[in-house]
Amino acid sequence: MAQYVKKDDDRDEEEYSPFLGIEKGAVLQEARVFNDPQLDSRRCSQVITKLLYLLNQGETFTKVEATEVFFSVTKLFQSKDIGLRRMVYLIIKELSPSSDEVIIVTSSLMKDMNSKTDVYRANAIRVLCRITDGTLLTQIERYLKQAIVDKNPVVASAALVSGIHLLQTNPEIVKRWSNEVQEAVQSRAALVQFHALALLHQIRQNDRLAVSKLVTSLTRGTVRSPLAQCLLIRYTSQVIRESSMNNQSGDRPFYDYLEGCLRHKAEMVIFEAARAITELNGVTSRELTPAITVLQLFLSSSKPVLRFAAVRTLNKVAMTHPMAVTSCNIDMESLISDQNRSIATLAITTLLKTGNESGVDRLMKQITNFMSDIADEFKIVVVDAIRSLCLKFPLKYRSLMNFLSNILREEGGFEYKKAIVDSIVILIRDIPDAKESGLLHLCEFIEDCEFTYLSTQILHFLGVEGPKTSDPSKYIRYIYNRVILENATVRASAVSTLAKFGAVVDSLKPRIFVLLRRCLYDNDDEVRDRATLYLNTLGGDGSVVETDKDVKDFLFGSLDIPLANLEASLKNYEPTEEPFDISSVPKEVKSQPLAEKKTAGKKPTALGAPPAGPTSTVDAYEKLLSSIPEFSSFGKLFKSSTPVELTEAETEYAVNVVKHIFDKHVVFQYNCTNTIPEQLLENVVVVVDASEAEEFAEVATMPLKSLPYDTPGQTFVAFEKPEGVPAVGRFSNVLKFLVKEVDPSTGEAEEDGVEDEYQLEDSEIVAADYMLKVGVSNFRNAWESLGPDFERIDEYGLGPRESLSEAVNAVINLLGMQPCEGTEVVAANSRSHSCLLSGVYMGNVKVLVRLSFGVDSSKEVAMKLAVRSEEESVSDAIHEIVAN
Amino acid sequence: MESCPSVKNILLLDSEGNRVAVKYYSDDWPTNSAKEAFEKSVFTKTQKTNARTEAEIAMFENNIVIYKFAQDLHFFVTGGDDENELIISTVLQGFFDAVGLLLRGNVDKKEALENLDLILLCLDEIVDGGIILETDANVIAGKVASHSVDSGAPLSEQTISQALATAREHLTRSLLNV
Repeated sequence: MAQYVKKDDDRDEEEYSPFLGIEKGAVLQEARVFNDPQLDSRRCSQVITKLLYLLNQGETFTKVEATEVFFSVTKLFQSKDIGLRRMVYLIIKELSPSSDEVIIVTSSLMKDMNSKTDVYRANAIRVLCRITDGTLLTQIERYLKQAIVDKNPVVASAALVSGIHLLQTNPEIVKRWSNEVQEAVQSRAALVQFHALALLHQIRQNDRLAVSKLVTSLTRGTVRSPLAQCLLIRYTSQVIRESSMNNQSGDRPFYDYLEGCLRHKAEMVIFEAARAITELNGVTSRELTPAITVLQLFLSSSKPVLRFAAVRTLNKVAMTHPMAVTSCNIDMESLISDQNRSIATLAITTLLKTGNESGVDRLMKQITNFMSDIADEFKIVVVDAIRSLCLKFPLKYRSLMNFLSNILREEGGFEYKKAIVDSIVILIRDIPDAKESGLLHLCEFIEDCEFTYLSTQILHFLGVEGPKTSDPSKYIRYIYNRVILENATVRASAVSTLAKFGAVVDSLKPRIFVLLRRCLYDNDDEVRDRATLYLNTLGGDGSVVETDKDVKDFLFGSLDIPLANLEASLKNYEPTEEPFDISSVPKEVKSQPLAEKKTAGKKPTALGAPPAGPTSTVDAYEKLLSSIPEFSSFGKLFKSSTPVELTEAETEYAVNVVKHIFDKHVVFQYNCTNTIPEQLLENVVVVVDASEAEEFAEVATMPLKSLPYDTPGQTFVAFEKPEGVPAVGRFSNVLKFLVKEVDPSTGEAEEDGVEDEYQLEDSEIVAADYMLKVGVSNFRNAWESLGPDFERIDEYGLGPRESLSEAVNAVINLLGMQPCEGTEVVAANSRSHSCLLSGVYMGNVKVLVRLSFGVDSSKEVAMKLAVRSEEESVSDAIHEIVAN
Repeated sequence: MESCPSVKNILLLDSEGNRVAVKYYSDDWPTNSAKEAFEKSVFTKTQKTNARTEAEIAMFENNIVIYKFAQDLHFFVTGGDDENELIISTVLQGFFDAVGLLLRGNVDKKEALENLDLILLCLDEIVDGGIILETDANVIAGKVASHSVDSGAPLSEQTISQALATAREHLTRSLLNV
């Protein structure tokens, strides 16, 4: 073997490397040997290896250096040494010469392409195709077409693979080769078949019929290479996916082929087929079973890669078909102790998804052992899985909450701790029973919490939730301890939390005032300021009086002005005699729909942003509406819908509507955005035609004075409706406004405008608008406690449906109620399903619904609806909704 | 998943995470520092695992990385996260075994650096621009060795099958030596 560098004399050198002390300048000097009239091929090879080594280590050559090396390398084509020639090919590819340089080597490479030596031919094709451009390609096209059907598989593969790359840059040329490629698909050489199939599919991928034909013929024939077989499986699932639209019933085409591949001798093919089956649209349990069976076998393989592949696929299946995976649970449990932590984590999260209520405790015990020896990033995955498990089985909150509090006490980084705290907060929010124990766990955590951010967030949360508990006084000790022991940031937030307790719980006031007075001597400004403010506003002068609502709102109410607007107004404020007037800040919410979309798309962020949570958007709406005098007499807002788009995306004017439901009124809030920079809209109103909504009568319209470019604004229309009646109807909307041209350079609008209007889509008030989604933690208890007095049961035929789950979702959406205990998920292929719903109906009446569905062979769905509520009329109303 | 299986990179690192030879086929890591950061994170996270008898697997930044160690050499092959793990694993095994053949069983960093030309040619024969060229170690080693072994002999007369035979002979020899 070649020795590049003289053996280093210093034998003591810790690590010997032939490239020790290598230096770019010196190697470039050495490259001059390429120009010698008498070529020393071995020496040249060594120098090229050194150059490649430098490039590989991340060294870069300047343009001049690269050009120089390239030109001298081209001289080496004179040598007949095959080894050297291979190195020349490599370095040319690495140098990626520019198109004017390519010309120099083109003829040499073309000569090699037609040489008698196959190694030359294959490599010359790959190099030439890598560095070529379109014009050159037409010159060599003839040779490439020949090469594709060459009897030497290496040459054919080289041409085919080059074809795959060239298809990206010169598709029209490569598409002309399809006859040759088709011939190559029939090749006896395994890899040629693989490469030919890949290229042929890419050439035809936009021609559905051709792909379908290709799949049909090949699935019947013999495909030799496992890789080609994997490709064929992928193409087959593509064909299945595209044909499923027009094939409602009967057996899936090609399913038999996929199933047959499960018995292939190559594991890669078996796995590809199993995965393809699990990813089929609307796969049935019967179709899934054979795939799950082979994946289960892989779970106990000695090869980590196989176990990983299997458990990862099963994990995905568990999201949609948890029941299908339960058969693997025993194998999965043994994987919890797998050496490979990725496999163990996937196994655990799968088990958490498929486990039933009774298995939770046992599973938690196993996980506890496992948690101590995995990395934080895996722990976060597990914590997330446990949170969703707890929401699924609220009755099990005790053991799950205990688990979370235990791991909260153990060592861990910020992200991990934050994930746990977030989970506990979400559980406290969603499971009322878990509130007290959860809050205490959080209190204990802040006793010994090294993260300021988490401490302040928890203190804030305590201030919100703590005063509402049965015994608020027990939290005071934990909070005041923070004032004594922590840094200024945490102290300040502890002071605010104390004040919140004082404001809400009158019996605690005297003690809170004592504590707050001590804070007046704190050595931090902010802490002292806060304490002073609270003492003065809450009446800390000794008299224990009920705190005014105004004071509470001032101190703890959320700011009803968008912070961005406030910031803008403060920036514009010039220091004068006149004080800054906060009421002059515009309340119009800028780009609110955008923010809402974001929060809707995200999971509840828990601690991070409580004011942005779903409940507080209602608060924000309520504030907004009550600030408009015309609507202030409407009473309490019952429900605000999510925004419904009334325009297509990317139109001139974007409008969405939020429906606000009051007892006797309905208010449509139209959020409008003007997307044309050259226009200013004025006097924007939505003219609503309520002729298809007989019970509604328009009472007020609030036009929007001006709608400049890209600044969202709102206009409102209010309707009166009979009190307590869930009136429904359809409304057609037209946006009317005055358009003024705006000079884009100055931003000034012209004096005169033109009246114009813009047709919007219709909006609707439906029965679900009168229902609030409110979950219950224990459906059975809630159901029993409502009692059978106002129970109404009836049966309905829903007619033929696409699937059972589609029917279940349709009913849930119709009623607009909150599904409980994960019953909205229908197990695949089941013939019947029960679903539990809860909600609060107009007039604050609690409603619970039990739905039993059954489906027969002709997809006719029947449903039994049992309703319990606090009022008879409401139970009847629910039935009426369904009956209509 | 209608696309052709593809490899994002192949890495051969030493026992301290330094490059012996690497080859990237994807634009996911546009700069050398991005590449080095990826190598460092992959190396540190896999370092303590035992990937000597069977190839191991891990996920990084939405990629699958399959790896195997021999002496002071760490072999890695990366694919996208929806790639068939077993295909990536076959590529790794092909690379691993081919290097074993080419280095005649002496798979360590010193030997690999001394025969870096063979390693680079080997990479070149396994994957071309992300597309798998060949996964059979004997064929890969055969293609590489055909013009490097015995460069004194009139090579133009040596055919692929002869080269293959040489490679096989090496394999047997290395097996016997173990």
